[in-house]
Amino acid sequence: MDENTISEDPIHALLLVLGVAVVCALLVSTSAVTLRPHYAANLEAHRLAQLGSILGALSERGYEVSAQEVESRVVELAGGAYSEKLDPSTFDARTAAVDPGNSIAIPADRDVAHIKRRAKHATVYLARDGSGNVDLLILPVRGSGYQSSLYGFLALEGDASTVVALKFYEQGDTPGMGARIQDPSWEALWPGKQVYDDTGTVRIGVARGKVSPGSVDAEHMVDGISGATRTSRGVHGLLRFWLGDFGFGPYLERVRRGEG
Amino acid sequence: MVGNRYWNSLVTPLIGENPITLQILGICSALAVTTTLDTALVMSGAVTCVLALSGASISLIRRRVPRSVRIIVQITIIASLVIVVDQVLKAFAFEISLRLSVFVGLIVTNCIVLGRAEAFAMHNGVLASILDGIGNGLGYSLILVLVGAIREFFGHGSLLGKQILWTTAQGGGFDPLHLMLLPPSAFFIIGGIIWFIRARRPEQVDRSEFQIRDELQEERR
Repeated sequence: MDENTISEDPIHALLLVLGVAVVCALLVSTSAVTLRPHYAANLEAHRLAQLGSILGALSERGYEVSAQEVESRVVELAGGAYSEKLDPSTFDARTAAVDPGNSIAIPADRDVAHIKRRAKHATVYLARDGSGNVDLLILPVRGSGYQSSLYGFLALEGDASTVVALKFYEQGDTPGMGARIQDPSWEALWPGKQVYDDTGTVRIGVARGKVSPGSVDAEHMVDGISGATRTSRGVHGLLRFWLGDFGFGPYLERVRRGEG
Repeated sequence: MVGNRYWNSLVTPLIGENPITLQILGICSALAVTTTLDTALVMSGAVTCVLALSGASISLIRRRVPRSVRIIVQITIIASLVIVVDQVLKAFAFEISLRLSVFVGLIVTNCIVLGRAEAFAMHNGVLASILDGIGNGLGYSLILVLVGAIREFFGHGSLLGKQILWTTAQGGGFDPLHLMLLPPSAFFIIGGIIWFIRARRPEQVDRSEFQIRDELQEERR
């Protein structure tokens, strides 16, 4: 064949490589620009679908809020203040959580949720009453179950302590065991539980086994799922983490002071 | 016959020269994306597209590429095609693209693609290269779909998300095999497929490269 006649001249090689690079760059950028709107719409729909899971749970509890009425804000977790720089529609907490510039490593002794790193910011969702006070607060939570990451939302009343609903929208634990954190019967245990006790300590969690009805814990804890100890501990840990000082603690403090 | 040659480049990679079972290429993605059948199908389609398009474009410029820079040129073309395929999936098959995560991007490193570019597209015409790409893509797809179907069926009791066996968790009598959802099961299944094919076609069995010396016999001598 004529393969031996190909010029090995370096200038020719350079020009050819440049030519291929330009054509490929054009191809990639054209497709990126053309397909970007589709991708952005998919991302937004995905975010709304996740939010929809908790809104659906809320409407079952008599809180009728639509995704359009919900105000979304980005919170800087360390101080608990709203970030004015980050736009909730473009801030992606999941990407930020693995980006060394936008996340921090959690000290091992504080990492009760077993997530190793968390983003510096988080998107929260709020509904306000007629006079502008926070009526409903939706916080994203994540942690580790038995064999998968758990992603969910915790909805609190305006007092930032009374649970309205806890809903996991993504998990991959064993069906029939850990996956029962998505069972309506288990979800129904959460409404009305108090995050804090009178001294302001985070007491919410999942008990090992059953909660004895008369005990102090009955106000804060729900029954563990039998046969799914690791998943139950995972939910317990993630609630303690995200409601504690390293999670939304400082932000919830502000909400309670009426600065939400 | 010319038509015969084209037909062969399409058909031989299915079993006779299957990239996974004979050449043992592309194993990494075959383990990663075959927990369910739908991800296996989408991945198969993506790899077949990249193979056909990269075969066509590399064959098109094969007479102008100096040997010294051919790998760079091939990788540039393959990587660009993979990025485009990834973007198309994100735009039109978003849910699946979330589950395939990085594995579409990793098609760049799939040895089948570069292997076919080097071994075939650099020496053959455009049409033959496209058919060779599609053929190898289909050979890869065949194994992926088989493994994906077996793993989803025994691991979830379903196919393409449709429940076929009712699991004990749903009140039925089928206890899903948890192992099927873990990567080692894909090794076992691919190993089983290779065993089956080579038992049927002994010509595919590798010649052993080293003869293990029988030291006892040597000493006796």
